[in-house]
Amino acid sequence: MSGELGFGLLAVLLVIFPAIRVVTCRDLVRAILWLAATLLGTAVLYAFLRAPFLAGVQVLTYVGGVVTLMIFGVMVTRKHEGTSFTIDGSGRLRAALAAGAFFALVAMAIFRTDLSLLTAVETPSTQDLALSLLDRYLLAFEVASVLLLAAIVSAVVLARRRDPVPDPATAREAAALREGSTP
Amino acid sequence: MTLRAVLLVATALFSIGIYGLLTRRQAVALLLSIEVMANAANLVFVAFARYGGAPGHPLVLFALAITVAEVAVGLALVLLLYRRHGDTLLELASEAKG
Repeated sequence: MSGELGFGLLAVLLVIFPAIRVVTCRDLVRAILWLAATLLGTAVLYAFLRAPFLAGVQVLTYVGGVVTLMIFGVMVTRKHEGTSFTIDGSGRLRAALAAGAFFALVAMAIFRTDLSLLTAVETPSTQDLALSLLDRYLLAFEVASVLLLAAIVSAVVLARRRDPVPDPATAREAAALREGSTP
Repeated sequence: MTLRAVLLVATALFSIGIYGLLTRRQAVALLLSIEVMANAANLVFVAFARYGGAPGHPLVLFALAITVAEVAVGLALVLLLYRRHGDTLLELASEAKG
């Protein structure tokens, strides 16, 4: 039972708390760094669940790739220091209610389901994983590669499109939205 | 550590993602919330691979590839939004409204 308590503390410290900071932090760059923290914590949980290869992949692609990409995206599109969010209180309350209701629903389902049939089994080794990717899941593997290619091409096409300078009307609209008042 | 505990952690992560998705107004922050939710789904895949022997590990790899593609296209769209309007607030992207 103490192991369970230890796991709960570990999960809250490494995964849940950084995730909460991701959605509440007002500075965008800090939110991205907290996302890196929660992804690293998830990698730790993967290691505990006997998936060391996936933990490594998680660190390499998410923390090394996605977070770097996000930070570049923010740096390129940031105009002034400390980009802040204007969030109105009622919206925040409603969002918390929706998220809490979802959590309560799924947690109830988890507690009412008999999970004792699912016992711990040996997870596939990295070799088994590689063989299954190129054997049983070969079609999905190839489709994923085509998807990645399409994503790269479309990202380049979208980012290369040159539009003229934003016209004054939409610039005023943007300023009004930043102030928090709807035009 | 039991399956139930891992599932509860994943559910909490997903709920936090929902909260972020509903409160944030910046496009990049919405992408961050989606990342948190995808992460929760991956955690469930890995948990069921450990308990019960479901083939979760290959699925996690595919989910990773899809997430990376989504982030690349999403950030390109954010860049486009910034070029057109000078900011990345999501309300500005109203051209697609019918």
